[in-house]
This record gives sequence, C-alpha cells and structure tokens, in this order.
Amino acid sequence: MQDTPLTNLAWLLIAIPLASAAVLLVGGRRTNAWGHWLGVVAAAAAALLGIGILIEMLGLPEAERIHDLHLFSWIPAGDLSVDAGLLVDPLSMTFVLLITFVGALIHVYSVAYMEHDENRRRFFAYLNLFVAAMLVLVLADSYALLFVGWEGVGLASYLLIGFWNQRTEYAVAAKKAFVMNRVGDMGMLIAMMLMFASIGAVDFETVFAAAEGTNEGILTATGLMLVLAACGKSAQFPLQAWLGDAMAGPTPVSALIHAATMVTAGVYLIVRSAPVFEGAPTAQLVAAIIGAITLLFGAIVGCAKDDIKKTLAASTMSQIGYMVLAAGLGPIGYAFAIFHLVTHGFFKAGMFLGAGSVMHGMGDEVNMRRFGALRRSMQITWITFGAGWLAILGIPPFSGFWSKDKIIEAAFVGEGWQPWVFGPIALLGAGITAFYMSRLFFMTFHGKARWKESEDSANESDKDLPVQHPHESPLLMTVPMIVLAVGSVALGGLLAIGDTFTHWLEPVTGHVEHHDPVIAIPVLIGATIAIVLAGAFIAWRQYAASAVPVTPPEGSVLTRAARVDLYQDAVNEAVFATPGARVTEVLTEADTTVVDGAARGLGSGAVGLGTWWGRLQTGFVRSYASIMVVGVVLAVVVVLATRV
Amino acid sequence: MTFVPPSIDWAALAPIVIVLGAAVVGVLIEAFVKDAVRRMVQVILAVVALGAALVTVAWRWTVVQAQGPAELVGGAIVEDTPALMAQGVVLICAFLGMLVIADRVGGEDGFTPVAAGAPGSTYEAQARRLGLVQTEVYPLVLFSVGGMLVFPAASDLLTLFIALEVLSLPLYLLAGLARRRRLLSQEASLKYFLLGAFSSAFFLMGLALLYGYSGSVRFADLAAAVPAMVGMDVVLLAGVVLVLVGLLFKVGAVPFHSWVPDVYQGSPTSITGFMAACTKIAAFAALVRFLYAVVPGLTWDLSPLLWTIAILTMIVGTVLAIVQTDIKRMLAYSSVAHAGFVLLGVIALTSSGISSVMFYLLVYGVATVGAFGLVTLVRERDAEGNVTGEATRVEQWAGLGRRHPVLAVCFTLFLLSFAGIPLTAGFVGKFTVFAAAVEGGAWPLVVIAVLASAAAAFFYVRMIVLMFFTDPDQDAGSTVVRTEGTTAIAVAVCAVATVVLGVVPTPILSLTSEATKFML
Repeated sequence: MQDTPLTNLAWLLIAIPLASAAVLLVGGRRTNAWGHWLGVVAAAAAALLGIGILIEMLGLPEAERIHDLHLFSWIPAGDLSVDAGLLVDPLSMTFVLLITFVGALIHVYSVAYMEHDENRRRFFAYLNLFVAAMLVLVLADSYALLFVGWEGVGLASYLLIGFWNQRTEYAVAAKKAFVMNRVGDMGMLIAMMLMFASIGAVDFETVFAAAEGTNEGILTATGLMLVLAACGKSAQFPLQAWLGDAMAGPTPVSALIHAATMVTAGVYLIVRSAPVFEGAPTAQLVAAIIGAITLLFGAIVGCAKDDIKKTLAASTMSQIGYMVLAAGLGPIGYAFAIFHLVTHGFFKAGMFLGAGSVMHGMGDEVNMRRFGALRRSMQITWITFGAGWLAILGIPPFSGFWSKDKIIEAAFVGEGWQPWVFGPIALLGAGITAFYMSRLFFMTFHGKARWKESEDSANESDKDLPVQHPHESPLLMTVPMIVLAVGSVALGGLLAIGDTFTHWLEPVTGHVEHHDPVIAIPVLIGATIAIVLAGAFIAWRQYAASAVPVTPPEGSVLTRAARVDLYQDAVNEAVFATPGARVTEVLTEADTTVVDGAARGLGSGAVGLGTWWGRLQTGFVRSYASIMVVGVVLAVVVVLATRV
Repeated sequence: MTFVPPSIDWAALAPIVIVLGAAVVGVLIEAFVKDAVRRMVQVILAVVALGAALVTVAWRWTVVQAQGPAELVGGAIVEDTPALMAQGVVLICAFLGMLVIADRVGGEDGFTPVAAGAPGSTYEAQARRLGLVQTEVYPLVLFSVGGMLVFPAASDLLTLFIALEVLSLPLYLLAGLARRRRLLSQEASLKYFLLGAFSSAFFLMGLALLYGYSGSVRFADLAAAVPAMVGMDVVLLAGVVLVLVGLLFKVGAVPFHSWVPDVYQGSPTSITGFMAACTKIAAFAALVRFLYAVVPGLTWDLSPLLWTIAILTMIVGTVLAIVQTDIKRMLAYSSVAHAGFVLLGVIALTSSGISSVMFYLLVYGVATVGAFGLVTLVRERDAEGNVTGEATRVEQWAGLGRRHPVLAVCFTLFLLSFAGIPLTAGFVGKFTVFAAAVEGGAWPLVVIAVLASAAAAFFYVRMIVLMFFTDPDQDAGSTVVRTEGTTAIAVAVCAVATVVLGVVPTPILSLTSEATKFML
C-alpha cells in the first residue's frame, strides 16, 4: 500500500467550505467587504485539493484506489453503531471534482451577478454551506452520513431558493421544494430502516457485502425506497413538480444546484447502491421506467415554456431522466449515467450561467418572446451558450454526443420488450430535446429583435415593444461561462476516447463486457444524428426563419398542457393535496366528534349515569376520565387475554 | 418486637436532602424574609440548591462506579447507576427550567400576584397594583424536583407512590398560577389534579393487588415472587397493569394522555417547560426500573399491551399535533408523540434500550425547556400597543424569523431536534432508540415510528416555514419582550447542547451506556 498523504486530508474538502460558511454567518456584517472573496477562495481551495487527490489516485494501481477514511465513531448504539467516515474512490472523486470545480466557477460568477444585493455575503455563506453538504453526501461511507449530506443540501438549497424571500412566490417555491423533498427523504429513511432490520448496518461496506445473501423481497423494497428518495432529490416523476418553481431562486443557484450537482444526487444514490439493485431487478426496472417517463415528460414540457429558465429546468429534468434510465439499466449503464452526469454538469451549468447573463443584460426579463437577435449585443454569451446548445443536442464532437449516444446505445441493449421500449424513447427524447433547445437558442439569440433600443423608434410596428439596452456581462461572469463552454466542447471527447472514463470508474462499477444493441451501432448513431437535425431544423424554421409572436398563440391541446407542466400541479392537487386536506379535516372531525363522542358514549356505558349526566353538562374532565377508564379496562383485558 | 431504626447513609441521600432541605428553607423564607428581597433570596436558593444537587449526583456517580450500588434507608431507596443517571438528567433540566421560571421577562414574572384571588376580582387587581409576587413558586418547584429525584430511585411500591405524590402535588398548584388567562390556568390546575388523583387511585389499587399477591411492597420480594405465579396470575397481572397505568399517565401515553394538551396549555409556560421535561424523565426512569428489574418475567404478557400503547401514542400524538393551531398545544401533542418514541426504547428490553431511553430523555428535555422558554418571550400586543399575554396562536409567529432571527433560529433548532433531523441531538436520540428497538426485535414498531416521525416533520417544518417565509399578519402582530438574561442563558445552553449532542454524542452515550445495571 502506498502512502497517500493528500487522500488522508480528504476531510478538509468538507471542512474548508464549512469553515468559510461559519465565518461568514457568524461574522455578520463585518465580513461584508471581503466575504464573497472568502467564499470563492474556499471553493477554489477545495477544488485544488480535489485535483491533488485525483493526481495522487491516478498514481496508484487500480485496486488500491478505494480508501475508507475513518473519522470518528458517531453513534455507538450497541451492535448497530455508526461510524463517520469518508469513502474516497473514483466515483466519489468524480463528484468531488465536478462539485468543487463547477462550484468554484459559479462562485466567481456570483461575485458579479449578486453585486447589487445587499445580502451578498449571506448568499456566499449559503453557497459554501451547500458545497460542504454536497461533499458530505458524495464522500460519506454510510447511508447515515450520506443522509446528513442529503438533508444538508436540502437545507442549503431551501435557503438559496428562498434567498429572495421577501417575494411571496419565491417563498412558496422554496416551500414546495422542501415538502416534495421530504417525501423523498421518507423513502431514504425507510430504506435505511429496512437495511437495519435485515442486515443490521447502514455502512456501504457491510450492506453491500451482505446484499448478495439477503432476501430478494427486502432488497426490492429497499431498492424501491431508494428510487423514491432519488425521485425526490432529482426531480423525477412523480416528484418532479418542484424543480420548475425552484427557478425562482437566483440564477447561479439554478446553475449549481439545479443543473450540475444536487439534482444529480439521486443518480449518485442509485449508482452507489448498485449491489442492492443487483439483487432487486424489479426495483432496477422501476428506476429505468421512471427515467424513461421523466425524460419524455421534461422534454415535452420544455417545448412549450416561454420562460428561459423554466425551459432549462425542464431540460434538466429530462436529461436526468436519461441518467436514471441508464442507471436503471444496470451495470452496462452505470458508467454512462455518471459520464452523462459530468458532461451535463458542464454544459447545463454553462447554459444556466448564459441565461443569467441574458437576464442581466435584459433587465431581469425571462420571457423568450421578449428576446430575439441578441447575438449581436452579447457575443460571448452567444458563443458560449452555443457550445452548450450543440453539446446537449449531441452533435459530434461536442461533449453531449459522447455521453448521450452511449446511453441511447445502452437503452437498445437487452432482451425481450425492454430494448424496444427504452431505446425508441431515448431516441425520440433526443429529437424533442433538439427541438426545444434549438427553439430556446433561436428565440433568444436569432430572429428579429422583439425589443427596441430607444423610445423614438421609426418603425410603427415597434410601438408596443419594451425598451431594452442589452449589453455583454462583465468579465467575472463571462470567464466562468467560457471555461464551462470549453468543457462543453471538449470534455466529452477527452474522456470518451479510449474509454478512459469507463475504465476510471471500473473499481466501483465493475468491469462490463461489451454488449451489442439490438440495432447496429452505426445505424443508431446515424439515426440519432438525423432525428436531432430534424428537430433542430423544425425549430429553426419556426423560430428563426419566421417571426415569433410576442404573445403566445393559443396552441394545440398538447402545447397548452405542456405550458402548465402537463397538469402536474392539478394532478398533485387532486391526488395529494385535496385528499391530504380531507384526511386532516376528517381527523379533526374525528378528534372532536368520534374521540370525544366515543369517549362520552363508552364512558356513559361504563359509568352508567353518563348519558343522563352528559345532557346536563359537558364536563371534559369526565370525558377524559372516561377515556382513562376505557383504557384501563382494555389494558387489563388485553393482558389477561394472553393468559387465558 | 423492637423497632430497629434503619441505618441512613446521609452522603448517598445528599442530592435528595439538598433539594428537599432547600424547599423547606424556602418555606421558612416565605415566613421570615422581607418582601423586598424575598424573591431574590428564593431564586438564589433554588438555583444554588439545584446546582449543588447536580454536583452531588456527579460525585455519587463516581462513588457508585467505584464501590457498586447500595441500598439506602432500609431498602426503600437504592443508589445505582440508572437512578443516578435519571437524577442527573432531571436536575439538568430542572436547573435550566428554573432559569426560565426565575426570569421576569418583560418586567414581570409569569405568575399571578395572588393565587387565592378570584380571576378578575378587585382583590386581584389590588394585588397587581401593589406588585405582590407569589414567591412560593420556588419552594414548590423544589419539592416537586425532590419527588422526581426519589421516583427513579424508589425500591418499593410505597416509596414509589409517595414520590409520585410529592412530585405531583406541587405541580397541580403550579399549573394554576399563570399570570394571564387565569381561568384557563385554574381549569388546567383542577383538571390535572382530578385526573392525577384518578390515576393515583389506579396505581394504589395495583399496589394493593401486588401486595396481595406477594405479601410485600419491596421490589426485590416482588421480583422473587413473580416467577412463582401459582394460580394467582390474574391478581399479579392486573396489579402490574394498574401500576403501569399510573406511570403511563405521568408520561402522557395514549390513552392516558388526555390531560396533557389542556394542562400544558393552561399552565404558566415556564412551568409547562419544566414539567414537560422533568416529569417525563422521572416517570420514564421509574417505568424502566419497574419493567426491567421487577417484572422482566412478564415480558410475554405485557408486550401486546406495551406495543399497542406505543403505537397509539406515536400515531395519536403525531396526528393531533398536525391539526393544532396553538403552539403550546402543538408542543403538548408532540410531547405525547415523543413519549411514544421513548416507549420504543423501553419495549426493547435490552441494556441498550435503557441507555437509549436515558439519552433520548436528555435530548428531549433540553429541547423542551428551550422551546417553552422561547414561547415565554413572544407576546401579543393589544390595541393600544401594550404588551400582553403570550402569542401562542401559530399564525402570530409568522415572519418572526425576519424580525428576530436569533430567537427564530433557536426555535428552529429545537423543532429540528424534535423532528429528528441529522446533526441535531434529536436524530441521535431517535437513532439510538430505534436501534435498540430493532435489536429487541420490535422492528414493526420502528417502521411505524419512522413513518410517524416523517409525518411529524410536517408540523415542525410548517412552523419553520411560517417563521421564515410567511408575511406577518398585521392584526395578529406579536412582539418579543426583553429577558432579564436567565431565559436567554437557559435557551442558549439548550441550543448548544442540542447541537453538541447531535454532532459528538459519543461521550454522553458512553455515560448512559454505563447506566444500565439495576439493583433491586
């Protein structure tokens, strides 16, 4: 075993941003002047340390790349003790680098983006807190510690989405995200309890070692609960509703949390729990189905949105659907799921930052019907966004091509009905993605301007258009965008050639023999590119070559449905909220009438004089005493019944 | 027959003697010390007595560790690690509770100037004008604490019963002393007294049956007689169930919980915090001793009952907490739900069960004292802008996080701990209790408990959302009054303890894991 000084310092990855957040929160206004730079430095330091660990790890033979660092014994509870430790392996390091690198860039961007916000320091404290929590999540070596990070990112994102909490709709959005995530957390908790009950541990090592010999029913239940947890965090069907509303938060938050990191935690959870899913094919299939549903759902919603950030949110949902689908395909998909997660982290974060830059230049306007022809006034944004656009479309040789294409191929692998369902869905999804992303791109940067430079415009038809002075964003914002754009262009190819990335993950995901899809690979690649180009062409004809109406046309039934997120709120209302309210009402009713009434009724029987008395006065003490009498009688009966 | 006076080890009794002695001195102070300084003297006496008792308990802990447990006062009381642990936890919470009780937040304490005056009478108004204070509160609390110290250490049924009454009677009085909403407070007092007396009757009946069965009230004799069980099962089981009912009433387990919301709501809030924490700790400690040491042979017979009660308690507490609109009532139902969670550890019947119960009680106790302490600070304003009673309607807390972030963050911390969110003490508490229950084979209970805590998170979260993300209603405006400092200290200690116990629980857990050997 070689010496690994940097890996042993992995706890610093978490400690640095956490300490910075603490300083910023405790220091209060005194740190206003330099607080944001401290935040940036903390994130950058974590990124540098991450790179150091990566280099150290690359120097080790493959078999020695998994390190379990024991920190302290956290909850010593008899046989079921929990130790806090960090698992440093290729999978967690991939995430560490993504989080700290993209995180650091977004910190830099935020310095300029949040410049006029008086609470900028607090914003950076929350960002640092988020980074620390996210690192706990991916570095944890047990489900218990992972859960700490899981809740931590939830809390931090809640604080960040609701950052502008003086505005009511933002507070509502923050609340919605919080509640939906609690549903997912319940899945996580139940999964942990199931592991407890069946295996007697919650650390990865023991659980995974014991998974093979565990009853399939229990594994399936555990797996399904993990999928539920993943759905909550990663905005997958049926817990997807919060993501669109969460766009109310500041744009850098959307880039960091809702594109690159937190929302991908569900994918991490599934891939990390691979041994559990190995023994639970049903749960795996459910994950794949959920991924397939969400990837279409998000893509369809994305086609109808006019809000630039909500379109990107729908797209994120859809892209994570691809990842969950890949993770649900089992070992052949794990590496591709993570690969797509990484490339997506780059190009989507880049596009979110681009959207932020557009909003910055357009007076916080988010409606794409008020944009158009911005390529001239915002050239850097246009080019960097363009790189992200080509990447998500999957045009070779941009990043997305390498990762998404692999998922589509993997979806076509298998026997029976599955490749014939998942494959075409993945293919169709690529086409729709091309349409709505091109729509976004053309509506924003091309076509005719649907705004005007000044009030005294010569053209009569411009009369109603808003006045805008679009301008390029400052260097602090454009540099991160440029860096991410370089990633969008080159990262995919770099990691895909020679299967570098797949090999890198092999110590965790295991080696997988190549499987042939049911359709030949060149045909698949050709079909994908053709369908993508078709989608992009339709979008070009509709949104670049012809005029875009400023007020949205009525549209078809499907468009109208997609505009309201395929009625997700209505469905939630009908399926969860209304029955929930009803249940609460019934319970309240039951409390006042049934419990009191029953107590009164039963009590009268027991006391004999109760009915007569009850008409004369409503003494609650008597009713309470009656409950006690009934309780005592039942208690004695229950105990004696076991005897007789 | 000659009377043999029992030999008394005064050193071992020191914690109890200190607290009860201070209470007696407190009564004398009422009689002989001038009005002007009386309150100050009482407060100092009470705080010093509780602090000294706590130090003494720590000292006795080391003695017991070195020399082993001992019988005291002719076997009426034992000194063993579980008893000392429970006494320590009671004293910690009582100490913190006393700091809240002693604080004159907003310039006046939380108690009526004349408890004997009819609410709204001229007599009462006059007393208020003269600025009278009922300093009897302090000795009353000390008497109650004295009872709570005997309760977990009692080693025969009669001592247990007397301790029960000693701890309860002062509480019945204290519940009726609220300065505001006098009628509600008196109602609470009367209800608590009537129902408490009712449950004591059950307890006494059980005691009589057990004496009839074994011919002795001593735990040791009873434990020896249980396995015999020849032809008198019914008497034995009925006796055990009735004694359990008496104890379960005190912890507020369903269906013996009905008094909890009304009494918690009506009592002066500082007293509510004190009794919600300390009574529950003492009663659970006694319950654990009774179940583990006296009747372990009856597990098979008692399990269905205890399981049913635990399930009912968790579900009823949680469900009813969700629909509450009054903060004190919400906390009351939540404390019912917590009693259910603690019962899980009790039911485990393993040594880790005992230590997890102790840990959970500590965690719950500090969060409860802290939460109720904060409730005393948030007040209503009337039309003229005068500060009046506590703002206990949930909607009055809307937007508090923006105006008083420190207060709201502390309250959030306690709520998160109640909800069992990781990195708060509540999580570790729930985890250890659940783990003990799983170890004891009660995993179906654990599944229900997890579901209940997930549902319970709802109303805690609702409160947090309300404080931080909802605009305050102008009409329901509330304000935060100044403390004299002691409440602030108590809340700060509770908040720090909640975080520290959540992050590094190991030292305390290793302490509680030593408190698992009962002596008969």
